[in-house]
Amino acid sequence: MAVADSGAEPTVIADRLDIIYKVIAGQGGKGTAATALRRIMKRQDRPTIREVHAVKNVSFTAYKGDAIGVIGRNGSGKSTMLRAIAGLLPPAAGAVYTGGRPSLLGVNAAMMNDLTGDRNVVLGCLAMGMSTAEIQRRYDEIVDFSGIGDFIDLPMSTYSSGMAARLKFAIASAKTHDILLVDEALATGDAEFRVRSERKIKELRDQAGTVFLVSHSLEVVQETCNRALWLDAGVLKLDGPVEEVVAAYIKSTRG
Amino acid sequence: MPTAGETDPAALARRYGLSKSSVRPPLGAYLQELWSRRQFVVSYAAARTYAMYAGARLGSIWQVLTPLLNAAVYYLAFGVLLGTKNGIDNYVAFLLSGIFVFTFTQRCMTEGSRSLALNLSLIRTLHFPRATLPLAYVLNELNQMLVSLGILFVVVGFTEGPAWSWLLVVPAMLLQIMFNIGITLVFARIGTFVSDITQLLPFVTRTWLYASGIFFSLPAKLAEIDAPGWVVQVLAFNPISAYIDIIRRSLLEEHEPNQLPHAWSIAVVWSFVMLAAGFWYFWQAEDRYGRG
Repeated sequence: MAVADSGAEPTVIADRLDIIYKVIAGQGGKGTAATALRRIMKRQDRPTIREVHAVKNVSFTAYKGDAIGVIGRNGSGKSTMLRAIAGLLPPAAGAVYTGGRPSLLGVNAAMMNDLTGDRNVVLGCLAMGMSTAEIQRRYDEIVDFSGIGDFIDLPMSTYSSGMAARLKFAIASAKTHDILLVDEALATGDAEFRVRSERKIKELRDQAGTVFLVSHSLEVVQETCNRALWLDAGVLKLDGPVEEVVAAYIKSTRG
Repeated sequence: MPTAGETDPAALARRYGLSKSSVRPPLGAYLQELWSRRQFVVSYAAARTYAMYAGARLGSIWQVLTPLLNAAVYYLAFGVLLGTKNGIDNYVAFLLSGIFVFTFTQRCMTEGSRSLALNLSLIRTLHFPRATLPLAYVLNELNQMLVSLGILFVVVGFTEGPAWSWLLVVPAMLLQIMFNIGITLVFARIGTFVSDITQLLPFVTRTWLYASGIFFSLPAKLAEIDAPGWVVQVLAFNPISAYIDIIRRSLLEEHEPNQLPHAWSIAVVWSFVMLAAGFWYFWQAEDRYGRG
């Protein structure tokens, strides 16, 4: 093992990352003829396109085995940054380099609500690129982990939001991802599931992956991560060991 | 040895074989990846079909009822009320073939234009070739089309009797599937970035419906109003007309005098061009679909 810095293998490199996205402001709902008419009658302006500069000049390097907590206030660009790492939002300037395909696991992970839980398991696994044989092998494990039990035969529309989140997490974590991005998924489960998913994240980390975790629960971040990034209004304020960053963040919120 | 932290990030990334996260793969690799997810396409389509009829009491019987009811409405309007039969003896088979072929393409376009927008959270969660979603939608519509074709075969079988020429339906269908995949991919991309297209599409498809010679025979109708000969030549380039025409050629003997010129060649060209153009056009925006 050489010097700590060059010995560890980098998995994600953000190089002066800037993300700007456009939002259509001033128009609610779909652009139907009716809303257009109403807008004209009320003499409102046409919908304007506003630019949101969500992430500003962020640079960091993540290494194999890192579990990185991303903390910051609402709207500070945490989720946006994860999307950029996942390659879902092209950067306006700078670049994100990744080894392997990052997978984004969020609470809003899509499932088909009319379908039963077990069908969703198969669909989700296929979408992640698992083979049918692999799914058959892992199926029981996924269902067990989710703790859904007999509900697995029922349509997902009958699930509580916590149950749905658990199943989604179980599916997404079934595959070993080189880079796993977790967006607040742990906040929805109950206490028992939270413990289990924390253990799962540690496991994924040990399987030589890199984990990014966005969470408002500093407790969860401290328990699962070894490093933290603090974003404030899109700017990377601090990057370092989790205790240090969390302490600084707490200090700033009190001050 | 210099520490990695000191070097340029791009060089460091290159040294460890990292690549930019939002770069789309080359077209060849993309198609290969797409092929490896074929199981997902099939399962997704099956799940969608299941979900579509899960709420209806009659369930998947609607797959048979919907095309029949559709045809009944058009028969009433055009065959009975407006009288566009124009001496077509087997008007029911004539009408059904036109409506089924047209509906196949029309549904692919309208459903496909929403295929990505409706699955945005799935796209934002998992990495997979985005073209799998519009392809699954095409598979759904193909499933419906096969049911409709079954109905058509029963009708023609009773009225005309089976014939060897029926086998030509297979290549005709394959060509239309290729065309539909292409056009679905095109509209899937447009529908994602220009959501207004879903408001506009019904008007486009309705215009297309009346220009495609579904309720009447185009050459017969044009001869009736003394249109110059080139009008038929131009209208024959409509891909839907070509697909309808080659199906009618295979099923209806009486269609022979009213055939459109060069229907098979036009159908073949449209299929290959549309398929290639669709994949190319869709792939160009592959890295941007997550933005919505």
